[in-house]
Amino acid sequence: MTAEPSWDWLSEDLLCLRLPGEPALPGQRRLLALAQALRGRAVFIDLVPGLHSLSCVLAPGAEPAAAEALARQAWAKARASAQLGRERLLPVRYGGEEGPDLPEAAALLGLSEAQLIAAHCAPVYEVACLGFLPGFPYLLGLPPQLALPRRATPRLRVPAGSVGIGGAQTGVYPCESPGGWQLIGRCTQALFDPAAAEPSWLLPGDRLRFVPA
Amino acid sequence: MIEILRCGPLTTVQDDGRQGLRHLGVPAAGALDDWALARLNALLGNAPEAAALELVAGPLELRIEREGWLALCGAPFEMRLDGRLLRPDWRWPCRAGQLLRLDGPVSSQRGLLGFAGGLDVPAVLGARATDLRSGFGGLQGRALRKGDRLPLGPAAALRGVRGLAAPEWDGRLRALPGPELDLRSRDALWSEAWKVEPQSDRMGLRLSGPVLNLRRPLELASTAVLPGTLQLPPAGQPIALLADAGTTGGYPRVALVIAADLWKLAQARPGGSLRLQLCTLEAARAARARRQHELALLRRALLD
Repeated sequence: MTAEPSWDWLSEDLLCLRLPGEPALPGQRRLLALAQALRGRAVFIDLVPGLHSLSCVLAPGAEPAAAEALARQAWAKARASAQLGRERLLPVRYGGEEGPDLPEAAALLGLSEAQLIAAHCAPVYEVACLGFLPGFPYLLGLPPQLALPRRATPRLRVPAGSVGIGGAQTGVYPCESPGGWQLIGRCTQALFDPAAAEPSWLLPGDRLRFVPA
Repeated sequence: MIEILRCGPLTTVQDDGRQGLRHLGVPAAGALDDWALARLNALLGNAPEAAALELVAGPLELRIEREGWLALCGAPFEMRLDGRLLRPDWRWPCRAGQLLRLDGPVSSQRGLLGFAGGLDVPAVLGARATDLRSGFGGLQGRALRKGDRLPLGPAAALRGVRGLAAPEWDGRLRALPGPELDLRSRDALWSEAWKVEPQSDRMGLRLSGPVLNLRRPLELASTAVLPGTLQLPPAGQPIALLADAGTTGGYPRVALVIAADLWKLAQARPGGSLRLQLCTLEAARAARARRQHELALLRRALLD
């Protein structure tokens, strides 16, 4: 069993569940299972996972106490074991112009570039949540030895598709944006397409592997 | 159809925003002054989600190509139709071929110019709102410029010129204490005036005042944030998130502006100041219920 979350109404509409401790897969999966169980129920218009949290936004006119009771029942039934997501493979061109920080990142970590690439491609990452930008994944699973400090001065323009490491996180920029992560490669897969029936290529709960292109 | 002959920067198509997509990282966007949009659409007999033009600066000049009605809510601008001065917060008839010009704003920050029938650009992800950061919605995901043409939707029949009282922007915003409100100088948040910095945009208002420090430094895992949240970055100066802000954030949340006062954030001018008043959840819900009741009465009165 996972730990129990705190339940707090932070505003008129915002019921926030937060799990204690460092974000980890069992708790995160149970929160995602809860979000899935509540999605489509008329009482909440948004169910937004964060890292070890779930923010439930009340629908207009819904009754807060009844909505919370429904969410608490659903939490009791939600299982941490459920693997909800799909498997996604993301080909990445590492280094060169598309990963300008690869040499520096490898040097900082005391690895060769090839070792860094191999270590980055080894894990199966899991999408804990999306945020920051449409389609931007927060991934669990970066080996702790690949954690890198953010750049002292953020870049004004990080190209869409850039794959980077920032702190203990790795991720992919879905569109051009300012950013302070160390850029080690780039992909051509579009992560977010507002015209598509399924606009985000990744969903919370999906499992992701990087492969050298 | 209307044709833009001239417009200031950051003139965008906005409606009541996207809903239900925050788990994909998609912010609501939409008119920052939600109360002005609601009153505007009530005046024009439009559905609450009809789209309008949001503008922060004039001059805006446009040619009207269809007979109908127009109105301006939110920040008042000097508005002239073929040279004749029109009062904001009233609806006015217009004819094909007329020229409309807006200069200003006279006060506040964001005007909403609407037409009976609404701006009928294609909906993207369920809304017509422009998401400038990601570049979708509105007109091709961008701010408007000279030569742009915007179609109007089917309009309701309206009887006569009518007006509404405009709410007063008093710079006093009711707010709930945030979950990480653990300040050494807790009182300062509520007692001091917070100046609105010029770097503010549709993502957030940067506020300046006495430096706020948490009792203990706090590393937060990224969590969902909503418009109206006051985040406290390490520099100790809060940022009030607005409709275009990213859907997740990792800074401590020291306060949340109540729904009924969100429009006051939208109308705060750079260089101006605002004050926060501590509010309870019950009072916040009551304030919003009163607002919804008021809107229902307005809509009914304007249709009769």
